[in-house]
Amino acid sequence: DEKLTVTVPVPFKTHKIDPPSQEVETSKAELLGFFTDMYKMRRMEIAADGLYKSKFIRGFCHLYDGQEAVCVGMEAALNYDDAIITAYRDHCTHLGRGGTVLEVMAELMGHRDGCSQGKGGSMHMYNKQHNFYGGNGIVGAQVPLGVGVAFGQKYNKLPNVTVAMYGDGAANQGQLFEALNIAALWNLPCLFTCENNHYGMGTAEWRSAKSPAYYARGDYVPGIKVDGMDALAVKQAFKFGKEYALQNGPLMLEMDTYRYHGHSMSDPGSTYRTRDEISGIRQERDPIERIRKLILSLELATAADLKAIEKESKREVDEAVDAAKSSPQPEEKLLYDHIHSGTPANFQIYGADRQHVTVKL
Amino acid sequence: TKMTVREGLNSALDEEMAYDDKVFIIGEEVGEYQGAYKITKGLLQKYGPERVRDTPITEAGFTGLGVGAAFYGLKPIVEFMTFNFAMQAIDHIINSAAKSHYMSGGQLTVPIVFRGPNGAAAGVAAQHSQCFAAWYGSCPGLKVLAPYSVEDARGLMKAAIRDPDPVVFLENEIMYGESFAVSKEVLDPNFLLPIGKAKIEREGSDVTLVSFSKMVGFCLKAAEELEKEGISAEVINLRSIRPLDRETINKSVRKTSRLVAVEEGWPQHGVASEVIASVTEDSFEYLDAAPERITGADVPMPYAANLEKMAVPQIPDIIRAVKRVCYREVPQQKAA
Repeated sequence: DEKLTVTVPVPFKTHKIDPPSQEVETSKAELLGFFTDMYKMRRMEIAADGLYKSKFIRGFCHLYDGQEAVCVGMEAALNYDDAIITAYRDHCTHLGRGGTVLEVMAELMGHRDGCSQGKGGSMHMYNKQHNFYGGNGIVGAQVPLGVGVAFGQKYNKLPNVTVAMYGDGAANQGQLFEALNIAALWNLPCLFTCENNHYGMGTAEWRSAKSPAYYARGDYVPGIKVDGMDALAVKQAFKFGKEYALQNGPLMLEMDTYRYHGHSMSDPGSTYRTRDEISGIRQERDPIERIRKLILSLELATAADLKAIEKESKREVDEAVDAAKSSPQPEEKLLYDHIHSGTPANFQIYGADRQHVTVKL
Repeated sequence: TKMTVREGLNSALDEEMAYDDKVFIIGEEVGEYQGAYKITKGLLQKYGPERVRDTPITEAGFTGLGVGAAFYGLKPIVEFMTFNFAMQAIDHIINSAAKSHYMSGGQLTVPIVFRGPNGAAAGVAAQHSQCFAAWYGSCPGLKVLAPYSVEDARGLMKAAIRDPDPVVFLENEIMYGESFAVSKEVLDPNFLLPIGKAKIEREGSDVTLVSFSKMVGFCLKAAEELEKEGISAEVINLRSIRPLDRETINKSVRKTSRLVAVEEGWPQHGVASEVIASVTEDSFEYLDAAPERITGADVPMPYAANLEKMAVPQIPDIIRAVKRVCYREVPQQKAA
């Protein structure tokens, strides 16, 4: 595999720490991998959008398109013994942790082949084996949880870190600062990662944060601001961050990114920001187009090769959608499963009409 | 031998930390201070600061941390200085701990114990005197335990720590200093009590008294008084608020045909209400009198000693209710 060095254009901004190098080591395989994975993520989210509108998906559905570089760049610097926990915008995080499009799509539809057997839905995807701890629906709560996972890694004396991801909206939550204080006191290997897509639901960052310099809000904890639309910059920051956190404890990483969709499916995403803003970012900063240009300029593949990858991704997503549609609904007995993992003797669960349904486990 | 509830809890924690090195304790003042109520006394010296962790006064932060560590496979014991402060962290107890096994289709397990004194202490006023048994007892995914005696304290605490699911363990500050005689069996390091089983503390034939924690002692004292007047009361110590041992409760009521449920918490939607509902659902035709409940008054806890005494059940309240259900006393006029 051809080793390459690419200079990322946007300098890292830092708080109380020297920045990582803008010279990033990569390879042909890695760049083609980024392109493939990000394209697949985008196709999946666009498919989810359509399925939501045609009522195959219910309830909440928060899409990640625009932010893909954060996910693939992060995974390029980590392994599955490192842990990730995120909020509710988690479909692509699940994919990045080694999940399949079918697991995501079936979960979105509430079908049996979903990664949580249809019991979690859009916001609750997990992969315990690959240390992905969800998929959390309460804004900000995932951050102390992530610090707890990092505590476990340190307690077990493992050379691994936890990435606790949150948005610019959650960045103002009190419990984030409680967890940051503890992580810093106890030198826990946790990367506090703010995916700053600039809007917490419909509230622009400057309307909710006195200081939107999220990388610097750790005060006594150093921070780095990263171009989150550049997968290579993201990878470099996480590579640096992992080494730093294992030696020194927590680090804050702010990913400057953007979501193309609204906050959720009920949000057209156009009342609190302009269409020009969205199309401008698509044209100038799109994470997939950036990697496409890089691959072509370095002559690592031809435009036709990339088209073939796109075609293959579309086929994979389409097949997964079909498989998810035909995956059956969960068995009814699953309603009463997984209340406890250790079920007490004679434990009973009542249905809506307890005279009609009482389950003895 | 005699032992206090405090010593019972402390010895249970000590033995379980020795038994499994995944067990650790976090909370405010659990280490160098030796525990605000000395339940963790000596553990820091024995197991070191990696496993007995003093935290800042940040309940949401350290409770979330505990739940995350449990996701990862450790076995945290999170001490709340009192359960009143756990309201700052109740989102993590319910949304993060209780629901994750279910939401993940069984992928995540959450072996964690949330413990600390619950309910009314003495002279600490409204914000520090509240029973959370009904709150946690209503949540699927939680197991909720409330010890009365040293036997309970040891057997339930050890069972809670070994359990693979989140357990809310409701202690009582007033009970910490109470002494109980303990058998050799109770002192055995492998003494465990089953979660979800109530204990019949005293057998009787005329009326069933159901309660938990400190109120079990009140019911036993009431039963002694009632015996002098020829009323034989059966006293059930719930031990487990969730799961609730409906079988033991109903079996007893089918024998005595009368029920008084007693708790220190507020009346509305309380544990006593649930006990009574279980009996009216399962044993209505066995009842000879309408079930009654004796509960905390439906007010925030006042500070003044005389008012405080009126705000929580007293032994004469229990005796009076028993006599009513036994038709030994004419019901009082309701206050205007």
